[in-house]
Amino acid sequence: MTLPEKAVDFVNWRKGEISREIYVSEEVYRKELETLFTRAWLLVGHESQIPNPGDFFTSRMGEESVILVRDKAGEVHVFLNSCRHRGMKVCRYESGNTSLFTCPYHSWTYTTDGRIRGVPLYKALYEGNLDRDQWSLIEVARLHNYKGTIWATWDPQAPDFLTYLGDAKIHLDQALDCRDGRPGGSEVIGVHKWVFPANWKFAAENFLGDTYHNPSHRSVDMIGIGPSALEGVKGRRDNELEQAQHVWCSFPAGHGVHSAVQPEGFEFTNSFKNDPEIADYFRHCHEERKRRLGENARFLPFVGTIFPNTSYHGRQPRSLCAWHPHSANETEAWRFFLVDADAPTKIKDFLRTYYMRYSGPAGMTEQDDMENWLYATNASMGTIARRYNFNYSQSLNASQRNPVVHGIQVRGDVSLQVTEHMAVGFYRRWAQHLDMEPWDVLLGAGDERFAEDMAAE
Amino acid sequence: MDGNLERPRIRRDDSYYALRRDIEEFFYDEAELIDNRRFEAWLDMLHEDLRYFMPMRHNVKFGLHAEREDTKEEEGISWFNEDKWTVGKRVEQILTGVHYAEEPLSRTTHMITNVQILEATPDANDATTVKTSCRFLTYLNRVEYETYFFVGKRYDTLVKEGDDWKVLHRRIILDQNVLQAKNLSTFF
Repeated sequence: MTLPEKAVDFVNWRKGEISREIYVSEEVYRKELETLFTRAWLLVGHESQIPNPGDFFTSRMGEESVILVRDKAGEVHVFLNSCRHRGMKVCRYESGNTSLFTCPYHSWTYTTDGRIRGVPLYKALYEGNLDRDQWSLIEVARLHNYKGTIWATWDPQAPDFLTYLGDAKIHLDQALDCRDGRPGGSEVIGVHKWVFPANWKFAAENFLGDTYHNPSHRSVDMIGIGPSALEGVKGRRDNELEQAQHVWCSFPAGHGVHSAVQPEGFEFTNSFKNDPEIADYFRHCHEERKRRLGENARFLPFVGTIFPNTSYHGRQPRSLCAWHPHSANETEAWRFFLVDADAPTKIKDFLRTYYMRYSGPAGMTEQDDMENWLYATNASMGTIARRYNFNYSQSLNASQRNPVVHGIQVRGDVSLQVTEHMAVGFYRRWAQHLDMEPWDVLLGAGDERFAEDMAAE
Repeated sequence: MDGNLERPRIRRDDSYYALRRDIEEFFYDEAELIDNRRFEAWLDMLHEDLRYFMPMRHNVKFGLHAEREDTKEEEGISWFNEDKWTVGKRVEQILTGVHYAEEPLSRTTHMITNVQILEATPDANDATTVKTSCRFLTYLNRVEYETYFFVGKRYDTLVKEGDDWKVLHRRIILDQNVLQAKNLSTFF
């Protein structure tokens, strides 16, 4: 099949139809690596993984290996993990502490700020030919530490991170802030890494707020594995949002989230019933959060995807996930598990055991996601299958701009019912990235949904 | 760190080999039950105070393996770190018939080899607690083309309850870094 010249032709956002090619085509995949993953802001890691000078964590941006490192002066960098001489990885450890990255091939060495420290036989072989200052490790164009999470982009023209995040910020905050409402303060307690045979966008899209896929988790909901399961509560988590109005939000830069707004005067939901001490702790966090944030404490997160490939789970469980492209039909998933850094050990232990039984390839919930993504990719690869679009018409045109929900304004293109409009918004922006549109377009200029907001700014 | 080298080696006498045969039989019985999908019967072979643990394995600098290669039971995230209740939930989930990662059920073959007794308490003749090491090769094939090989080491503590051994502690070392499988939906 001949692919359309422009990626935007894959995405019929007016009808809610998207070509299957974008999930299976090698050509589309190559284009994503060349256009999207070279420009968008990508999650690289968390400062809790590199607390001390010389600490490093080897990460990925797109398909490529990068090193997240705190230099000896304490500054954080992200470098391409490839020697400038012949390309050998200068670091094959996952994490650690070092004063030098030494290339195993010809022993060029680099300091933690990326500069060449040593070139063997420099005087005899290179003097006059090699300006060492010009051959530092390749560094990302921009880097941002947002409440401990480290983000980077290869594009010097990229907007600053907070502009890119836009109104998705307060949603991501709910995952990154302390449970008692203090800003930031999270730490990563471990990273699952696994490869699954499906296109990375299946996972990214799932976390935009695909509430409709709930039936695929029926088995785990039937047996009950949540923080109150020992008390006979079914479901995979506590139903903290029972009284809440759920909101599904699409944002100009392509992000999408599913959050919720509790009604006025809401109280602590009876949760974490497995252990009264744990329940008391979270009740205390709830009261403190209310005290700090006032009415805004009624705003609670569920899931979201920060365009293009970073997703979060906001509360039960709580984690960030980078869906690294691995090939057209393979994804390398990295799930970073979060807790409040200053939470008592008992709380951290309770949460980590819950996270492990819920999440990742051994998790009782996420196993079923992987099964779906695998066979959805697999059954879309055929010549016939590719001729038929996916349907994204769910709740089409049912969204509204900046509605007030339970007395709180929720910014964005917002639906109050289960919807796929975040996915459509995501793919509109995705296509414009592949078509190499300028940044103002990638931030939503020309998207009629946000025209009024943008004019107001 | 888990093998024979760090503790005195038990004398290889007749009582050692008799005990080892007994333990091997226990492991083979486990494999037989799991591979025949008799998961509830398998649960009966696990002690009520079970700890079922599979760390992740990190790529670390020479000299740091003992300290940093494997994630820890006491803190942080691993592949599995759970009690009998949770393992029981996994069985219960499969038995719902709508756990799609195992529906239709995978075909598995669990092979156990290199079984050794590391410690026998009070002694090999009258052991009520044994620490063991072995190697496993688990083959999993599901639906049509999905095939996985899980290969590694296992360190178990078994205790005797009446006439039966029960698994009290199971440490499963899967020799992979980035998991080369979409799921870990079988038992080890």
